[in-house]
Amino acid sequence: MKVIEKKAEGFVCDAPNTQASGEKGLALVKYLILGILFGIVFVKAEIISWFRIQEMFRLTSFHMYGVIGSAIVTGIISIQLIKRLGIKSISGEKINIPTKEFRKGQIYGGFIFGLGWALTGACPGPLFAQIGSGFTIIIITLLSAIAGTWVYGRFADKLPN
Amino acid sequence: MNQFIEWLSQPWPWYVAGPMIGLTVPALLILGNKTFGISSSLRHVCAICVPSGIPFFNYNWKKETWNLVFVLGILIGGFIATTFISNPNEIVIAAETQQELAALGITDFSGLMPSDIFSWENLFTAKGLLFFVIGGFLVGFGTRYAGGCTSGHAIMGISSLQWPSLVATIFFMIGGFLMTHVIMEPLMKLVGF
Repeated sequence: MKVIEKKAEGFVCDAPNTQASGEKGLALVKYLILGILFGIVFVKAEIISWFRIQEMFRLTSFHMYGVIGSAIVTGIISIQLIKRLGIKSISGEKINIPTKEFRKGQIYGGFIFGLGWALTGACPGPLFAQIGSGFTIIIITLLSAIAGTWVYGRFADKLPN
Repeated sequence: MNQFIEWLSQPWPWYVAGPMIGLTVPALLILGNKTFGISSSLRHVCAICVPSGIPFFNYNWKKETWNLVFVLGILIGGFIATTFISNPNEIVIAAETQQELAALGITDFSGLMPSDIFSWENLFTAKGLLFFVIGGFLVGFGTRYAGGCTSGHAIMGISSLQWPSLVATIFFMIGGFLMTHVIMEPLMKLVGF
């Protein structure tokens, strides 16, 4: 039983919570605030726009490349600073960045997501911001994305990976 | 104050938005040892609502509540930005893209999303099936199969110098280019554009 549990835990999560101490209630408010800021940036930089994604794939605007590129550069610098300065989390834990193992799914799944990205003009984050912005029809897209996630989970062990 | 709101209401350039998004990575790490990734929220919804005894959805989702709170915040942020600091002018779209999209049958270039596609009237039509149902399904299925989306792979993964994330990101782009330049036109004709 222990082994099965361990395996299920190992399955988990591509964006894992590695904090040892638990968080409930008000402790979660900081993620709400961070999410709100993030949502505002999504709308104000027009990242939620289907047109901006079309421009990106049609190579007619630098905007999205600038956004993603400068986000990555900022991320690289931040993580290097955290590592080199040994910065700890606010609860005093050592910061832990899990390794992403290579799987074939990153190729097949990545390609499939790319097809959907161009159609919907949204990756999962912007879907939520689009709904908040009043494009309520995107609720259907979100429900379908949840269904897609479920179908992947159902057949995960049968797909090449 | 009014001037400040006016200034905020302009579309933000990439060199403001990109670094702000990048700073989410250290913010989540420092606030709570959390790894940036948004598509995981879809998996948590499955795990909570329809786990159906599937091992992939059998995990301690309570520990990942933060991720759902985070995406709820994104939704609220979208509401705030649109309600209080919305851009009063029409969106500026590259002329070439406008021409190409007009040739595909898009007529509305005034908002962030073309109403030709993204409206409730299209729900039970072939257009709705393609752009909402199939499009959404590909996003949800593909991101989980890939183990992440633009946030988890392109930003978090590449920022932490993990080559599998670079591979995933390259294939996101290949899929997107193929859809945009090859598949979309016949599909749009098929659904009545």
